Amino acid sequence: MSSTVILFLAVFAASAVEAVEALTIVLAVGVVRGWRSTLIGVGAASLVLAAVVAALGPALTHVPISSLRLVVGALLLAFGLQWLRKAILRASGFMAQRDEAVAFERERAEAGAAASHGASSMDWYSFTVAFKGVLLEGLEVAFIVITFGSTQGQLGLAAAAAGAALVLVATVGVLVHAPLSRVPENTIKFAVGLLLTTFGIFWAAEGAGVSWPGDELALLGLLGFLAALAFFLVELLRRQRLSLQPGEA
Amino acid sequence: MRYARSFAAFWWDFIVGDDWRVAAGVAIALGLTAALTDYGWSAWWLLPLAVAVLLGRSLQRATRSG
Repeated sequence: MSSTVILFLAVFAASAVEAVEALTIVLAVGVVRGWRSTLIGVGAASLVLAAVVAALGPALTHVPISSLRLVVGALLLAFGLQWLRKAILRASGFMAQRDEAVAFERERAEAGAAASHGASSMDWYSFTVAFKGVLLEGLEVAFIVITFGSTQGQLGLAAAAAGAALVLVATVGVLVHAPLSRVPENTIKFAVGLLLTTFGIFWAAEGAGVSWPGDELALLGLLGFLAALAFFLVELLRRQRLSLQPGEA
Repeated sequence: MRYARSFAAFWWDFIVGDDWRVAAGVAIALGLTAALTDYGWSAWWLLPLAVAVLLGRSLQRATRSG
């Protein structure tokens, strides 16, 4: 039960932050260069992503569960540690926080500076930027959906969590027609980094033959341990940074 | 050839990222966990401990070089 809820939350939150980033790119290109080609790019990338999940997800269910958990857990752990590492560097001030308003202005300036598509009905600049943006952000979502879904035997639930996040972000994006800069993106990324690392450790160790004390309840213990570790590291790095730049305190 | 190289670079960046030592450390820690479990030891503590050390060391390198 606890693992199902955490799985849903992890996939939902990861999908939401990636969708917010993709929305920024799509909005910037659409507003400056028009919506037709931009939306065709979004649709094409969405089809590719759906095909990846539909092809790989069910195929992985034929792999023995212990081997699957070992490989998927190891990949998820390496991947999750990247998110957590960046989140700690951002929270401690060693790396700039991601700002959707700044990203939107940058994308908009680039879209405006690109060559016009003239009389052609298809604007390939808009198509390519929207396709690439949605595909690259979406691949992380597809990876998380496939790994979480196949390892836990709940591909449908993982896909539903990602779908719900995408619908929510797209709806809000259409309503406000601006980048979602008020979403606490950096905080959500921190939480997702913790969740990916938690599941990565849990599944990889199970795949290596470990029996966790308390079975699935160990997930909550791992999450607590990693959260305490991450906050300790943020505080340590923040103090280190302030000691290097005493004027900033 | 160029496409194969950029495809490999994409996956390397996707999974391994900025610090390859973290991914290598995870692989070693997993191997040790499997070996200890094989010998009948309870090794559930090893991976969380390895993650704490690897993350701390990686952040130390990042903030020193930054």
